[in-house]
Amino acid sequence: MNYTEKMSNFLLVILAGMAPWAASAQIRITQDVMPGGTRPLLVSMSGFTGEAAQVIQFDLFVQGFAFTNAEAAQYQLTGSNTENLQGRAMDRVADKSLVAKAYSGASLRRQAHTFVDDFLQSLSRMGLGNSKIAYRALAGQNGEIWVADFDGFGSTQVTKDNAFVTSPTWVPHKTALYYTSYKMGNPSIFHHDLLTGARTAFARYGGSSLSPAVSPDGSRVAMILSKDGWPDLYVGSTSGGEVKRLTRSREDESGPCWSPDGKWICFAAKVNERRSLCKISAEGGEIQRIPTSGVLNPTEPDWSPDGKWIVFTAMMGGFEICVVPASGGQVTQLVAGEDPSWGPNSRTVVFTRRQGSSRSLSLLDVPTKQVKDVSRIPGNSNSQPSWAK
Amino acid sequence: MKLNSFANLLVFSLIAAMAVTGCKKKTGYVTPLPPGSSAPVADAKPTPAMPLSQDPGATGGTGLTSEQLKDLEKSGSTQNPVGKHDGWPQDRETLKTSKVYFAFDSSAVRTGERAKLQTVADYLKANAEKALLIEGHCDERGTEQYNLSLGERRAVSLREELIKLGIDPTRLDTITFGESRPEVVGHDESAWKQNRRGEFVVLSPK
Repeated sequence: MNYTEKMSNFLLVILAGMAPWAASAQIRITQDVMPGGTRPLLVSMSGFTGEAAQVIQFDLFVQGFAFTNAEAAQYQLTGSNTENLQGRAMDRVADKSLVAKAYSGASLRRQAHTFVDDFLQSLSRMGLGNSKIAYRALAGQNGEIWVADFDGFGSTQVTKDNAFVTSPTWVPHKTALYYTSYKMGNPSIFHHDLLTGARTAFARYGGSSLSPAVSPDGSRVAMILSKDGWPDLYVGSTSGGEVKRLTRSREDESGPCWSPDGKWICFAAKVNERRSLCKISAEGGEIQRIPTSGVLNPTEPDWSPDGKWIVFTAMMGGFEICVVPASGGQVTQLVAGEDPSWGPNSRTVVFTRRQGSSRSLSLLDVPTKQVKDVSRIPGNSNSQPSWAK
Repeated sequence: MKLNSFANLLVFSLIAAMAVTGCKKKTGYVTPLPPGSSAPVADAKPTPAMPLSQDPGATGGTGLTSEQLKDLEKSGSTQNPVGKHDGWPQDRETLKTSKVYFAFDSSAVRTGERAKLQTVADYLKANAEKALLIEGHCDERGTEQYNLSLGERRAVSLREELIKLGIDPTRLDTITFGESRPEVVGHDESAWKQNRRGEFVVLSPK
């Protein structure tokens, strides 16, 4: 008991000591991710060539850096990549060495990604270098699910259903997906373990079973089912059993996602004849509107892993990627595009761009609005991206 | 065989990936990773993991009472158990002139389209052994997730109307294709208005 008291006193001291730091850190982070209004950090690079240089430039560009000459840059990256990569990162303003490492093994690409991640880690930021995306590649009227590195390299086909397959979504912290496949006739939701290849029908009901989204702790799936009449929002345990109906509207709910604390499910709905973003407790309860001032017809919400923002698609003639504080409010329109999915760093988003009937994937750094296309994905129409978190 | 080699590859990737993360801090040494592969996942045989709906239909039979109609308005009509009409041959020809078209962003059946539903209901009454698959489709102006839900909502709307016209709900299945199967490929209203539609596919017993 004495020990417990001492422990809690000790913790209090620590927390009290941390408080000022926490407050200032919070302000800094808020400034850091101000959507669309942040200037890129200036970085210079020398000594790297070919693929290594391309990877470093790509990774840093989509995480809010811009390249300039050594004199103008705050951060200086130098190194070489003859066979293996060696890299150094300097903060010229603080006159401090941040990273000095030699890499070996794997591929040069992997070494370059890891160097960028080490650099970002030295700035207390999370790198994306080893993260994966899942997406749908269309082939005629059919679509199949693929996974790839977040920059589109190393793509691997996951399904071969010769059917319409759509809406892949990752199980958090697992190498597994849920998605909707029409393989068995009507659309049903499948779980697919990418390590074993084992696949199970998770939600197979009359009508259509659509748009799965897994809770952050991996225990529950939110989805749209029409088994009881209307397309409504349901939640079910990943271990099976009965599903719980959360909405009972005559309208079409769509595109659910979870708050990172697992308490809320956000989705698109029609409330009083107006398309809106809404949220509902994952246990059930009242539907609450999330105001999105300044835009119309919000759909496809995705809640950032840090809990602060919801990115979504506004349908206003064309499609606009938009972001709004998670509690609702003033919307920032970012770029033309649709179906955004946050990266694990809560600042980069992967989304779909349409050109005529063809679709491709791009990455958007939300604070700086820097956009770059994802490279080398097979097939001429790729969409429905989901970023592994 | 394919399944095994892919699984092995992925297991190896995971171990290698963990090795990278694990080693990074200590030495900066990167453990070799296998190159990206496009080896397909072998076809798994899905089995239902969840109990299927036990209720074959909300109302059953034809001729709804006014109370039943009210229930239908309030909570929707339960769909058939999945697989009820599995393997029934599909006939897209018979009712192809009865496609119902919808207004933008709407699943309401317009007055001008109601005669088509009467034709469909009459056909089903005259062919009591047959069932119907109702497909909901959308134009390309919605996002994909939104269109999948809207397409299903349109199909459900048509199902409701047919139930009101006296068709047994256990004969009526719905499916959504969102925007993935346009009737007309094009990027203007003349194409869009033909793509916002419901289609009726006749199912005959095996």
